[in-house]
Amino acid sequence: MDFPIFVLLTQDGITNGAVYALLALALVLVFAVTRVIWIPSGEFVAYGTLTLAGLQLGKPPATIGLLVGMAVVAGAMEIVACARNGEPGRIPRRLATWTGVPVALAGIAWWLATPELPFWAQILVTLALVTPLGPLLYRIAYQPLAEASVLVLLIVSVAVHFTLTGLGLWFFGAEGSRTPAFSSESFELGGVNVSVQSLLVVFTSIALIAAFYFFFGRTLYGKALRATALNRVGARLVGIAPNLAGSLTFALAALLCAFSGVLIGPFTTVYYDSGFLVSLKGFVGAIIGGLVSYPLAAAGALLVGLLEAFSSYWASGFKEVIVFTLIIPVLLWRSLTAHHHEEDE
Amino acid sequence: MNDRKLLPKLIAALAVAAAGFALSAQADINVGVTLSATGPAASLGIPEKNTFELLPTTIGGEKINWIVLDDGSDTTKAVTNTRKLISENKVDVVIGSTITPNSLAMIDVVADAETPMISMAASARIVDPGNPRTKWVFKTPQNDALMADAIAVHMKANGVKTMAYIGFADAYGDGWLAEMNHSAQTAGIKIIAAEKYNRSDTSVTGQVLKIVSANPDAVLIGAAGTPGATPQKELVARNYKGKIYQTHGVANPDFLRVVGKDGNGTILPIGPMLVFEQLPDSNPLKKSAAEYITKYEAKFGKDSRTTFGGHAWDAGVMLSAAIPEALKKAKPGTKEFRSALRDALENMKEVVATHGVYTMSPTEHNGLDNRARTMIKIDNGKWVLAK
Repeated sequence: MDFPIFVLLTQDGITNGAVYALLALALVLVFAVTRVIWIPSGEFVAYGTLTLAGLQLGKPPATIGLLVGMAVVAGAMEIVACARNGEPGRIPRRLATWTGVPVALAGIAWWLATPELPFWAQILVTLALVTPLGPLLYRIAYQPLAEASVLVLLIVSVAVHFTLTGLGLWFFGAEGSRTPAFSSESFELGGVNVSVQSLLVVFTSIALIAAFYFFFGRTLYGKALRATALNRVGARLVGIAPNLAGSLTFALAALLCAFSGVLIGPFTTVYYDSGFLVSLKGFVGAIIGGLVSYPLAAAGALLVGLLEAFSSYWASGFKEVIVFTLIIPVLLWRSLTAHHHEEDE
Repeated sequence: MNDRKLLPKLIAALAVAAAGFALSAQADINVGVTLSATGPAASLGIPEKNTFELLPTTIGGEKINWIVLDDGSDTTKAVTNTRKLISENKVDVVIGSTITPNSLAMIDVVADAETPMISMAASARIVDPGNPRTKWVFKTPQNDALMADAIAVHMKANGVKTMAYIGFADAYGDGWLAEMNHSAQTAGIKIIAAEKYNRSDTSVTGQVLKIVSANPDAVLIGAAGTPGATPQKELVARNYKGKIYQTHGVANPDFLRVVGKDGNGTILPIGPMLVFEQLPDSNPLKKSAAEYITKYEAKFGKDSRTTFGGHAWDAGVMLSAAIPEALKKAKPGTKEFRSALRDALENMKEVVATHGVYTMSPTEHNGLDNRARTMIKIDNGKWVLAK
């Protein structure tokens, strides 16, 4: 291996690692606030890319149907919940939140989806379509079980993962899509080609991670989320609604995942089911961070990306084996060093 | 519910059951199909499923019942479907499945039930004459060996001395590498690098860098469907100047859409049906391919043709040729009919379908020859015949 190859592989590893870091961030976030191990994060990545690819064709993306469908289900669930609690007066407002807003977003996207739409607007529409799927999913699948044990929530996640994969096939079809690069330029740096696209991916990831750091450290909502993560009952006592925290978390996580999807679209062909492997790699990164630490999770994800790039050069047949074997020494090390705190069940 | 009310209902139920029995005892021919319309092989299975809607509903004056089930690209489900088709639907012949692992697993089931089977998957192992259980099994797609040989011949004619291979890290990729090793050796071409990747990999930079630094005259990409575009785009991005070959697994419109302008000049072997308009009128396949593709595109849209749908159509062509022969010997729904149908399939001679001309024998249950392949090239998003 000579120097240019080393640099190219490092560049490739860092670019992929940055995308995995966003996913690891989403996984840690969701787990910390809601105790859900968010297996379906990969589907949101795939939805992100496929929605953008749909917009590229100048047609309303299939995500609109999915969004409207889920909004209707969530609205129906709200009506039932309000009727059961004897609070029919709340129905209009709840319906406006859970069905009205998503349907309005879908309508706007439908109206905007023309071939003339500029690229940056397409990305915004993509994010606006995929992000509401997060809270809707929380409302439909997780909120009724929010107090259940981690194991039950994990099983729900597995079920949601398969359902979303199936819906992905139904809405987007079996074939994959690619999206064009943000920029096809590249420049020489010390005798090596550096692509602007890779730099963009890395910098947007860093910017998002910084934004999250700010959000959790400085804003009221961020602090409320952290409080819920630390102690649900305590948070409730001081007036933080856990359901709002859950929905907000899922919205942020869906936003992160959809953005990852937009970022990897130009590098690879994305299928309705390709998110799973990507999210598993983010998961390995998150595990390295013990599912609690954002900086450690980001560093772990970067390590996964680099390991993947170099193992694909030396032993492409064993690449996945090498990447996923990484989890064993990490778990060993964590179980030997970490303080045990038992689930209160 | 008292007995008085129950009795008439029971009688009614029995009458319905008896009527159903009488219906199924009629001499309809039941054809059971299991294919992968969902799951990883969905892009192959969906055009096959569409094609079964176009196949004739009567053959040799008998009504044909096409019973199409989805196995979700899952081997266990394919076996369950096959058992269900044989024991519940009493089918006379099974068609399927879309992919090799499913088809291999179905062999034991059809051999035990003595029911003929026509597979739409590519591997030569499905009809391996060395395995006595494949006596009941036939298949429509070209063997990989036939296609690998076509690539080696084309490479040699174009002065290629060294080549590299990058393919799926699964049975498809490994199978192609094994065939290509054999064909390349025969043609005197050296394989100087062999790399693997996964369908859902976000990057193949590592593998491609290794291939580019080995600097081969040509690269063969062993992939099926749109994932074949990932190494191709990476090779172009790394300024690889040699020839790029793909396998016939990528020949669908979605691959052209995804690979875009980076696909220009790519060469691949293919069943001639895909470019039937460009074939000379003397080619026997032109007429049959035109018939199928015209029907398919009338129903499923312009340029919706795929070679995979052609494999399903060819299974229908085989049945159209074999069923009239079998009807001379026995009545449908019987063991004798299934046996006669198997014999008729094995005795087919020069049956012209869309992918090629089938001539079967006891040791050859695929029956295609060099007429079933041609080399094509991607030229600005179109398939054109290559020289």
